Amino acid sequence: MFFELFPASVVEQAPVLVVAIPLLSALVISIVGVVNQKYVLPLTILSMAGSLIASLITLQRVIEHGPISYHLGSWIPPIGIEYFVDHLNAPVLVLIAAVSFLTAIYSKDVIRSEVPDKIPSYYVIYTLLVTGLLGITITGDAFNLYVLLEVAALAAYGLIALRGGRAYMATFNYIIMGTIGAGFYLLGVGYLFIKTGSLNMLDIGQILPAIYSGNAVLVAFILVMLGMWIKMAFFPLHGWLPNAYTYAPTATSCLVAPLMTKVSVYVMIRIMFTIFSADFAFNVLKWHNIIVWWAVIAIVSGSLFALAQRNLKKMLSYIIVSEIGYMVGGIWLANRDGITGATYHIFSDAMMTLCLFMAVGCICYKAKDCSFENMRWVFRRMPVTMAAFIVGAFSMIGIPPTCGFFSKWFLLSGAIKADHWGFALALIFSSLINAVLFFRLFEIGYFGKLRESKEGQEPSHHHQPKISVKEAPLSMVVPLVVVAMSLIFLGLYTNEIVTNLIDFVIPKGLMDVGS
Amino acid sequence: MEWVIAKYNYFIYIILMMIGLWAMIGKNNLVKKVIGMSIFQTAIILFYISVGTKRGSTIPILEHGHAEAANAAESIINAADYANPLTQILMLTAIVVGVSTLGVALAVIQKIFKEYGTVEEDEILEQIR
Repeated sequence: MFFELFPASVVEQAPVLVVAIPLLSALVISIVGVVNQKYVLPLTILSMAGSLIASLITLQRVIEHGPISYHLGSWIPPIGIEYFVDHLNAPVLVLIAAVSFLTAIYSKDVIRSEVPDKIPSYYVIYTLLVTGLLGITITGDAFNLYVLLEVAALAAYGLIALRGGRAYMATFNYIIMGTIGAGFYLLGVGYLFIKTGSLNMLDIGQILPAIYSGNAVLVAFILVMLGMWIKMAFFPLHGWLPNAYTYAPTATSCLVAPLMTKVSVYVMIRIMFTIFSADFAFNVLKWHNIIVWWAVIAIVSGSLFALAQRNLKKMLSYIIVSEIGYMVGGIWLANRDGITGATYHIFSDAMMTLCLFMAVGCICYKAKDCSFENMRWVFRRMPVTMAAFIVGAFSMIGIPPTCGFFSKWFLLSGAIKADHWGFALALIFSSLINAVLFFRLFEIGYFGKLRESKEGQEPSHHHQPKISVKEAPLSMVVPLVVVAMSLIFLGLYTNEIVTNLIDFVIPKGLMDVGS
Repeated sequence: MEWVIAKYNYFIYIILMMIGLWAMIGKNNLVKKVIGMSIFQTAIILFYISVGTKRGSTIPILEHGHAEAANAAESIINAADYANPLTQILMLTAIVVGVSTLGVALAVIQKIFKEYGTVEEDEILEQIR
């Protein structure tokens, strides 16, 4: 038993420790950073490790004893703020803590080359961003969620803008879109508050069913959904994402790209099934068909945009846009397999996005630039990085035994059971595009062939430059390898994850809902 | 018409919000966009505050709250006399969030100005290309 290693008081307080450790260490880091820069990174890693342990304890308690309700300051909900941990958000907490822990290690060398003069402030904002994300996930209070949404967003603006240059303009667009998104969410919560007089999610969920037919409830649902769709960059609202993720510092991309959008997807699930209910979302509204088609458009256009890119990070950013379509579509398929697939995809997509961004970060770190040019002969220069890149790419394409295959499998079978051939075709189409995208990169990386450079630059086979192995520093390669291995482990343990956690997420009575 | 007057607070907040949204999306000058962002957030704050008020109510601070607590007859507190304190507290937090967003946005604009020498979006986009 994992949590028997810890004193009972720690186990009891674990839910709040998940958030409190990074929050308090942000304060400590900001003070220590003034005195000595050397201790900043170890402190960050330590706080992430603490948060990871606390979230693992929470997860185990949830699996063994069911959902936990933690009352902050012993105020009884719905008056006080409640931390509510169930089978859905406990693993998301572990995911966030694990990703930020690995990224903190990964950032050691790459940050020194990208923002050398602002290292202490970088890690202060980094810990605050993690605090915000963990808080969004753990809180059971709708308004508290808004505040933490903004804490995470503000920290993300800072982390992206630190790179300078084109990152400033990308950050500005992100600020505008992020504020609109959070504003809509806040407005929706306002409407819910008018109708129910409560801000506690479970409490609202109990009061609402009696007034589902009201217009104000409908408006609230639309506003909250719209806000989250902007935050998660669902297709026509994705404008801010690609530039922000491309021009951010490498470590920021590795932290923000897997987490921000996925946490927003989590919030969407939480809103749909806890604040509202599956009955409202699928039976009262009857919109799921339209939204799944919308997701189809998102998947296809995200993939096509990705195909047009000549910058590694930008290509990955557009793949995220299309992956968001998978998750939104999967949930709105309104059947067991679809929701299982979408929920599982939160974890697998976060890990494979992390893996790919880390691998690309290693390549860019050595080449100082992220264009396709730098991929030439990269297999010989960085064999370990590329091995991890291949695992990530295979997962993105959906080749077993990586986890990407299993989430796609669930989504596909959900689409077939819902008779939604459009979504099924979009999934297959996007997998094929991903295959084209990555095999094109493998071709450049292995044979040094660039289709664009035909104008007699060099027929690559004739004078291959002597290339020696030059891997990125160990601090970058080790986390990358760990993440790549976790992709395969996640894939192998799919069944355990689904039966122990995701099965509990599926709303009761779903069988007689929808198609 | 009566319907409009009875719900005028909602109309005012929607008009303000649309002005803000239009400025955020339609304006070319980055500072004007940020002003739009502020108007947008203020509209939401107005919405919350107007929802919390009651006809003939006062600010949610208990008069003689502690001094005459011993006097049971006079210390009866009638909730209808006070505006809903919860919305006001929520909006205090929202104001703090709004101010920090404004601060970050203005700092980024300053950096953009140093980088490109202008805050007009089309001129910046021209320089990027």
